[in-house]
Amino acid sequence: MTTHVYPIDHIDTDRIIPGKYTKTLDLSQLAAHVLEDLDADFAKNVQAGDVLVAGGNFGCGSSREQAPIALKAAGVSVVVAEYFARIFFRNAINIGLPAVEIGKHDILPGHAVQVDLQASTVKNHTTGRTYTATKMPTVMLKILQAGGLVAYLREHGQYPTE
Amino acid sequence: MSGQTLSEKIISQHCGYAVQAGELAIVPIDGAMATDATAPFAIRAFRQLADAPRLWDAQKVSLILDHATPAPNERVANLHRLLRDFSAEQGCHFYDVGEGICHQLMVEFAHVKPGDIFLGADSHTPTYGALGAFAVGVGSTDLAAAWLTGKTWLKVPTSVKVEITGTLSRGVSAKDVALQVVGRLGIAGATYETVEFCGSALHDWTLASRMVLANMVAEMGAKAGLVDVTGLQLPYAWTPLHADPSAQYRATHSVDISHLRPQIARPHTPDDVAPIDELLGTPIHMAFIGSCTNARLEDLQVAAQILRGKHIAPGVRLLIAPASRRVFNAALLDGTIAALSEAGATFLVSGCGPCVGSLGGIPGDHETIISSTNRNFRGRMGNPHAHIYLASPAVVATAALAGEIANVEA
Repeated sequence: MTTHVYPIDHIDTDRIIPGKYTKTLDLSQLAAHVLEDLDADFAKNVQAGDVLVAGGNFGCGSSREQAPIALKAAGVSVVVAEYFARIFFRNAINIGLPAVEIGKHDILPGHAVQVDLQASTVKNHTTGRTYTATKMPTVMLKILQAGGLVAYLREHGQYPTE
Repeated sequence: MSGQTLSEKIISQHCGYAVQAGELAIVPIDGAMATDATAPFAIRAFRQLADAPRLWDAQKVSLILDHATPAPNERVANLHRLLRDFSAEQGCHFYDVGEGICHQLMVEFAHVKPGDIFLGADSHTPTYGALGAFAVGVGSTDLAAAWLTGKTWLKVPTSVKVEITGTLSRGVSAKDVALQVVGRLGIAGATYETVEFCGSALHDWTLASRMVLANMVAEMGAKAGLVDVTGLQLPYAWTPLHADPSAQYRATHSVDISHLRPQIARPHTPDDVAPIDELLGTPIHMAFIGSCTNARLEDLQVAAQILRGKHIAPGVRLLIAPASRRVFNAALLDGTIAALSEAGATFLVSGCGPCVGSLGGIPGDHETIISSTNRNFRGRMGNPHAHIYLASPAVVATAALAGEIANVEA
């Protein structure tokens, strides 16, 4: 399990998956181009179970759900950021991709982190520092625990309440 | 108890009880729309939500082909087919290739009205705040869930109040005000919030100009934008709603637009905004007037006023994609299209293609574009090695004429 760190703010959806690649239902096509304008080697290097770490306002811009879908299809198991842009955050949880907000952090490229979703912590093994994740609204936690909004609604027939 | 923001008021009316910012609410929606960029995944999710699912109310759902139109290849053509077939099966509204940009159509055809709660699977859905609707951009799965249930869940947002006073100088428009506000609040300046615009300056603004203001709240991370409806004229009966004078805002900003200069967002973020004076003489290769931000009749007319009887600079291409067929037809009838075409403009299908880099007008490496659109992220228009400046239609037309960023003649 590798940690991929891009410690910059405002990584927008055009950099996560450019608009020219979004007109498809083929997940492998989305995965093949994920983050290519930020890191041309990312799609080649990423493996199932990897962790992606970014700065603030990750996923700003478009409403395209293809952004979290591309990350998940490429193998990313969890995204950690200082905070997320609104639509990206909802989209990620809705498709069952954990998105963990930890506020300001010192995670840098080359660091290895471990995310404990149960304990809501992110441990930086390189520096030894542990971050406590911002508490997710209960409704989103329930959706995530069900594996996404489709699974939740199929099971319960209505939106979760707090 | 303090009064309500307009967001709180609209959401309260839909809930049937008074809500306050920060509360979670499950609300009935008045309409929903998706495009060829977002509907395919929404349809896939919808079909997984239930066996043989039906839309909760087909008359409140619209599907629009606008993001890659007409289809540039068989893959996209088949996605378009998917939307056509789904619309026929479910009996919802459907707008085919060339009818226009989703947000323009929702307003033109009155699918959204003042006081509504509306969901759109497109980040510029807050545009409908121009007529006092609480309109929110969502992803495909949230939209699919709303298609089935007729409801969505949301956290009642805090609001940022932006009061606009003064009178615009000639050559300065709603886009310059929007860019000024985005520059001031920043790209994450209203994340999860509603930006509520009010103030005497807006009372005589057209619906088209109000749409520019509401449209660009997306560039501040906002959930919704609302423009106070004082002075708004609509072609149907409606009940105006206003924020209470004692409403609580997270922050309040005042913008006096009397001496505002044309504003330009520099590459590669819409909040890197400077007055035009700092960028005069910047050479440009391509100029684009289009998108849900600035491609309405008044925008094309302003461009025609600048370009009539003249010709764009050698080595520059000017592309124009009108916001809708209605806009195009009106501009045909009043001579606007002829004036622009004779000046060297190339007309594209009404749609989103060049703005989002999916079709038409892709820039070359190291080219500079001046555009009336809303985003200039790296790669936005289809090439990560191009540089995009955002400006008003007047500034775009003037730059096309001069071959460089130049002062708009008042």
